Amino acid sequence: MDFRRFRGTDTYLTSSALESAVNCALALERPLLVRGEPGTGKTQLAEAIASALGVRLIHWPVKSTTRAQDGLYVYDTVQRLYDSRFGDGDVKDIRRYIKYGPLGQAFASRERVVLLIDEVDKADLEFPNDLLHELDRMRFVVSETGDEIVARERPAVVITSNAEKELPDAFLRRCVFHFIEFPEKDLMARIVRVHHPDLDEKLLAQALQAFYSLREVDGLRKRPSTSELIDWIAVLRRAGIASVELEAGMPFLGALLKREQDLIAFAEASMRGRRPRA
Amino acid sequence: MFVPFLYELRDRGVKVGAQEALSLAEALALGLHKGTLDGFYEVARALCVHREQDLDAFDRAFAHHFRGVPDEALALTDEILAWLEQPAGRRKLTELERQLLERLDLAEARERLRQRLSEQRERHDRGNRWVGTAGTSPHGSGGFHPTGIKVGEAPGGKGALEVAADRRFRDLRSDVTLDTRHIEVALRRLRAFVREGVLSELDVESTIDKTARNAGELEIALRPPRRSNLRVLLLLDVGGSMDPHADVCERLFSAAKRATHFKELRTYYFHNCVYGRVYETAALIRGADVLQVVQDCDPSWRLIVVGDALMSPWELQSSGSRWSFSDDSGAPGIAWLAHLAQHFPHAAWLNPEPQAAWYGTAEVIRRVFPMYRLTQDGLLEAVQRLMRGGNRH
Repeated sequence: MDFRRFRGTDTYLTSSALESAVNCALALERPLLVRGEPGTGKTQLAEAIASALGVRLIHWPVKSTTRAQDGLYVYDTVQRLYDSRFGDGDVKDIRRYIKYGPLGQAFASRERVVLLIDEVDKADLEFPNDLLHELDRMRFVVSETGDEIVARERPAVVITSNAEKELPDAFLRRCVFHFIEFPEKDLMARIVRVHHPDLDEKLLAQALQAFYSLREVDGLRKRPSTSELIDWIAVLRRAGIASVELEAGMPFLGALLKREQDLIAFAEASMRGRRPRA
Repeated sequence: MFVPFLYELRDRGVKVGAQEALSLAEALALGLHKGTLDGFYEVARALCVHREQDLDAFDRAFAHHFRGVPDEALALTDEILAWLEQPAGRRKLTELERQLLERLDLAEARERLRQRLSEQRERHDRGNRWVGTAGTSPHGSGGFHPTGIKVGEAPGGKGALEVAADRRFRDLRSDVTLDTRHIEVALRRLRAFVREGVLSELDVESTIDKTARNAGELEIALRPPRRSNLRVLLLLDVGGSMDPHADVCERLFSAAKRATHFKELRTYYFHNCVYGRVYETAALIRGADVLQVVQDCDPSWRLIVVGDALMSPWELQSSGSRWSFSDDSGAPGIAWLAHLAQHFPHAAWLNPEPQAAWYGTAEVIRRVFPMYRLTQDGLLEAVQRLMRGGNRH
């Protein structure tokens, strides 16, 4: 077998299903589509793969205005126009005004890279379809110059999506899919220990208890996730708090619940005296 | 050897085809499953499932195929647990349903239940139709005690079969009732872009063109930004048999209100069927003349009607109001609906009831409006239809 198996890294813990999905994607040279709740470490997964393979990571954060073309290259017409008017540089050489986007850089790179297309669902609904051809063939033509950019080493492509939008079927069919589940308590405890290695066991147990109860509160719009838990524990330690209990009032609740409605929902749940289900 | 399993998946609505079969064969040839069933479960799931809504179907197919967990039993407990959680929300039955209930004996009720389960079903916050049928019927309630049904649980470690039988992904299924986020996402597809308004965006192509024509002297061209230009008319059925669905209608309404990409949104309420007037509030006050509404909204508007289409046949066939249609003779409800459908070629009817309940008046209305379930899948289909346009007649 000529590919390196992914087993997670020291700072990124995986499940066996996730490892299987990553290895499938690497072996079959398909994009890996990762979905899951915000804060479950979708973006970090790409970083972990890059560091496990020992290659460079190219990050392409997708925004609502991003077009597929931006990922390949941009022809900077305005700059060329400006130069032609004010006479800076060689205007005849179009190549000077072709700027590669993240996908273009990944293809042009001499060695293998990991390309992260982050939050693909943020862009227009047709965006994923526009990428299909290039991701399949791993090549594209710069139409202004006629140059063809071919990937020497197929980049490992990781695509994340917040499950906000349905992605097109044709796109989904080409991807290896993994849904990151919210970690169970045991895994969460291991994850927290990675970030806070010298954390007191008692505080960890209490924090997890409070955290999982909080996630069960009815009517939360954004349930707190792993990253919020890690931040919250950091705050607790910084403040020197040694014990937390949900019933006794949660310190630094704002680190876990970021929306005003959620704070209200939590207050109401507590007021009703109905302890949130643990 | 795994091909029958792929057909099992297809039977459960997971869209797999030759591409998935080939990838799976390749992955197995590479030994990615490490020769174990657990490994096969992970690899097959990564390659055959493309959206988290299908994970539950995959788990069920896997459990069924590789051990034959009696999945009807799983589904039954699901529903009954859901029903037990909120026993207070039982609804009042309409006359029609009462008649239907009386005709069912125990065997029939069981059969119906099983039938419903194999079709799309939904879990309402307050007991849904079939639970209502089973729960309130004197014949059906005794038989379905949760302790009487075997759940597919096995002792020992967490192998793939146990994981599959756990069915942790059932909350992600797309045929369960919608939350606001799902609705917003579905409605976001309802848009049509045009360039209109103030010139505020640099038009590079045309700037270059003009500059070249101007012998190299820079000349800037501007254009208006792209904006969505879609208008939506939302008609909501309220009261009576719609009361159990008030929550989901409320969510649809608030999502539509929040959607920023509609150029204009108008909402009216009606009870059971549209007659001469629709109303601005759910309490059916401040009426508006339907003919006036139709006049104000040209045919490019998208019409969405939400209702269970369940009423007494006379409500559809006789004129329910004294306002006349074109002359003073008064028009029956179905004529008003047909008039709306004719005026708005882009129209869809969303029905919160499961498809099995679309009989009687709903059947008649289905012939006038394309009808969709008020679920994530149904809403997406409806939106697609609204964008494609054109009724099926």
